[in-house]
Amino acid sequence: MLNQSSSVDPLFHALADPTRRSMVERLSRAPASVSELAGPLSMSLSAVVQHLAILEASGLVRSEKIGRVRTCSIEPTALGLAEQWIAQRRADWERRFDRLDAYLASLPPESDTQE
Amino acid sequence: MTKRSVTHGTVTIERRFDASPKRVFAAFADPKAKARWFVSPWGPDQSGMDFCVGGKEFNYGGPPSGPVHRFDALYQDIIPDQRIVYTYDMHLDDVRISVSLTTIELIPDGAGTRLKFTEQGAFLDAFDNPAVREEGTKGLMDALEASLKPDQ
Repeated sequence: MLNQSSSVDPLFHALADPTRRSMVERLSRAPASVSELAGPLSMSLSAVVQHLAILEASGLVRSEKIGRVRTCSIEPTALGLAEQWIAQRRADWERRFDRLDAYLASLPPESDTQE
Repeated sequence: MTKRSVTHGTVTIERRFDASPKRVFAAFADPKAKARWFVSPWGPDQSGMDFCVGGKEFNYGGPPSGPVHRFDALYQDIIPDQRIVYTYDMHLDDVRISVSLTTIELIPDGAGTRLKFTEQGAFLDAFDNPAVREEGTKGLMDALEASLKPDQ
């Protein structure tokens, strides 16, 4: 039994950030060092390291220090297919509930009559 | 020969809405109201709903290049303003990829409503298929990206 609160939520959290998604997309093409990852991003190296820590904690990315260079790569087994679909359905519903919230807010005020 | 596998998964979401359970229920029960917020990622699709116990709901659509996503649901339990339970299966083209049970509970919370959404699914062996794999990854990325944009 796959428990979404223990396995999908960290993935969702890790991917719910554009910087981390761009890092994942970059790493899905090839492994890279931390400074290579930071290159196209307009942020400090320490900020990149923090994002990397969240990606590593989610199990999506792993890193290995060889000499003085830390190399990062995608953990191919982390995001199982079923987990992806489950996370996607969750994301779909979160978005629908946002829209439901906006729709309910657009209705005229409810009358105070208790039924 | 297709390698058989099943993965079980559960999604729970809890949200509070500033509207009475009666109003939130109506947003699920009335097709016109539901169409205002329940939208397919791919725009208008073939869809229909018959909101009663034993009634069916369907939605067929998909990305222009991709497989047809077929959602077929059956309402199992409806208690006005309190609970909706339905089961559904999902096909990509002719392959059944999952069978699920969805429970929506509406709980009064002051002047508003606390909604508990639970979806329990059996995800079937179609996940061996590389095309499904690619579609799933892309769909997840798209959904995540869309969920971060203000939605108007």
